[in-house]
Amino acid sequence: MSKADLDKLVAQYPAAIVSSHSNFGDDTAVVTKESLKDVMRFLRDTVGFDLLVSVTAADYFGREPRFEVVYHLRSMATGNRLRIKVPVHEEEGGPSAEVATVSDLWPTANWQEREAYDMFGIKFSGHPDLRRILMYEEFVGHPLRKDYPKEQRQPLIRRDYSLS
Amino acid sequence: MSTTTQSKTGPRKLAFGMPTPDEIAAGGIPGLSARPKLPVDLMDKLNASELEEVEDIELPTEPMQINMGPSHPATHGTVRIVLTIDGETVRDSDVQVGYLHRCFEKEAEYATYTQVFPYTDRLNYVSPLLNNVGFALAVEKLLGIGAAIPERAQYIRVIVGEISRITDHLTCLGASAMEVGGFTPFLWMIKIREWLWELLEELTGARLTHSYVRVGGVSQDLTEDFIARLRATLNRSLEPLAECEKLLVKNRIFRDRMDGVGTMSAEDAIAMGWTGPCLRSTGVPYDVRKDHPYLVYDRFEFDVPVGSVGDNYDRFAVRLEEIRQSMRILEQAMQQIPPGPVLLDEPRICMPPKNAVYNTIESMIGHFKLIVDGIKVPPGEVYSYTEGGNGELGFYIVSDGSGRPYRCHVRSPSFIITQSMSKLILGAGIADIIPTFGMINMIGGECDR
Repeated sequence: MSKADLDKLVAQYPAAIVSSHSNFGDDTAVVTKESLKDVMRFLRDTVGFDLLVSVTAADYFGREPRFEVVYHLRSMATGNRLRIKVPVHEEEGGPSAEVATVSDLWPTANWQEREAYDMFGIKFSGHPDLRRILMYEEFVGHPLRKDYPKEQRQPLIRRDYSLS
Repeated sequence: MSTTTQSKTGPRKLAFGMPTPDEIAAGGIPGLSARPKLPVDLMDKLNASELEEVEDIELPTEPMQINMGPSHPATHGTVRIVLTIDGETVRDSDVQVGYLHRCFEKEAEYATYTQVFPYTDRLNYVSPLLNNVGFALAVEKLLGIGAAIPERAQYIRVIVGEISRITDHLTCLGASAMEVGGFTPFLWMIKIREWLWELLEELTGARLTHSYVRVGGVSQDLTEDFIARLRATLNRSLEPLAECEKLLVKNRIFRDRMDGVGTMSAEDAIAMGWTGPCLRSTGVPYDVRKDHPYLVYDRFEFDVPVGSVGDNYDRFAVRLEEIRQSMRILEQAMQQIPPGPVLLDEPRICMPPKNAVYNTIESMIGHFKLIVDGIKVPPGEVYSYTEGGNGELGFYIVSDGSGRPYRCHVRSPSFIITQSMSKLILGAGIADIIPTFGMINMIGGECDR
């Protein structure tokens, strides 16, 4: 359906696309971290993907690069959809685990990138307000990482609720 | 006799004990003149020139920070809003969510695909069946069995889903009406919701946490008189629903609180990732059921109501109309529903019937394998989306080929729409926060997961 859009992207940025597939009917392109911003701007302004449906991440523990940030796009005019994935290394050992934010292109990415940061510890460079969102500030670790045990307990935090 | 003479003697009083305008003009009311004067009568103390100077003095307008929530009596849903206010006007706000985070995505990684269904019930807990259906469709997309689902099961999914959509919208509208002072519509709408939940309780065994849908179909067929009772319930709810509409749509207080408050343009709404009734209130006719039909939605005739202004009243009106459209879909589905099985006949995916489990060794092994190992889903990743109560409800599932999801992300419409709260209430009064927050319909369970 939206295979044409994927082809358009591959033709425009042949060097930026690591791989692409259309498994299960979902058109997907894996994009290098460095070219993410250009690709996303091209997709929004030229191809017309004006709705950023979701931003999330996945932890492939034991694989290198470890993380993947996943973007789902939809064009309101044509109804086409596209998935963009960006591999991200872990900070220790490998290169920096920072991805450029897309919250300046789509404001909706703001909270969703905060959630990815909260859950996986992926940093989004240029994000205006990168804080935890679902967890509290004093929480140690990132709960959706595969090496965070499900039974892990956290100390009880006595919070000062007065307004600073 | 005495009453008639009394009414003839003087002009009718406006209310008991109140002087008439004539009496006030005549100054003949002893009670009024006997009232004590204000402690400081400014007009006595100041002459005209001094008064002008007083007007020039600027009152200190330091912004003040106040906390709204996490548990505020005027809002539903646990959310903390840190407001910076200037008098009554909101100058800045920080919306903090996460108070209802129950680790859905983490728990799902440790549960078999079938065991995830009870967790999905607790996402949007006023329309649990829509979440059930959304998750089932995502797993079925991975399995590649979407087209093989028995037709009757697809119709049942549509029917229970649309009932859930009605209950979702009724909760939103009723609660919001109550929060701006209309208590009667709340009670009536909750009453209709209760009728529908009684039906679902009879069908699924639970009033709220149904866990009714399975991968490959639904857990059991409709009860014998379900269709007839549903039709009777819908007919019965038409009248109170119309009464609620009359009570609210022409209600001056309600309209004053809703009209032109929390306005959003279509471009901004798309940029903020809005979907569902909130996006449609801005005039964008995007409905997953229409634009990307799933199940058997392409067989029904229904309209997608859109607003024109994008304010709270449009969001209210769109939801109200969607209840009617859902009833239209239900009526057509009840007419078209074919007989047949309600679960796919595929022992590697669906549970064998209980009778066979107890009597044949093959079914017993199959039952055991499905319980212990779960459904073996081929490796890969899918994003599957349906129209939830609040908008596009998406499930992004990564499978590693085992019986448990490797990663299960919910694209929850509430979470994304709640993000716009700061934008909507910027420059508005404190009182406007309540209807705006009510109309974006933040459901804590879905927002915080």
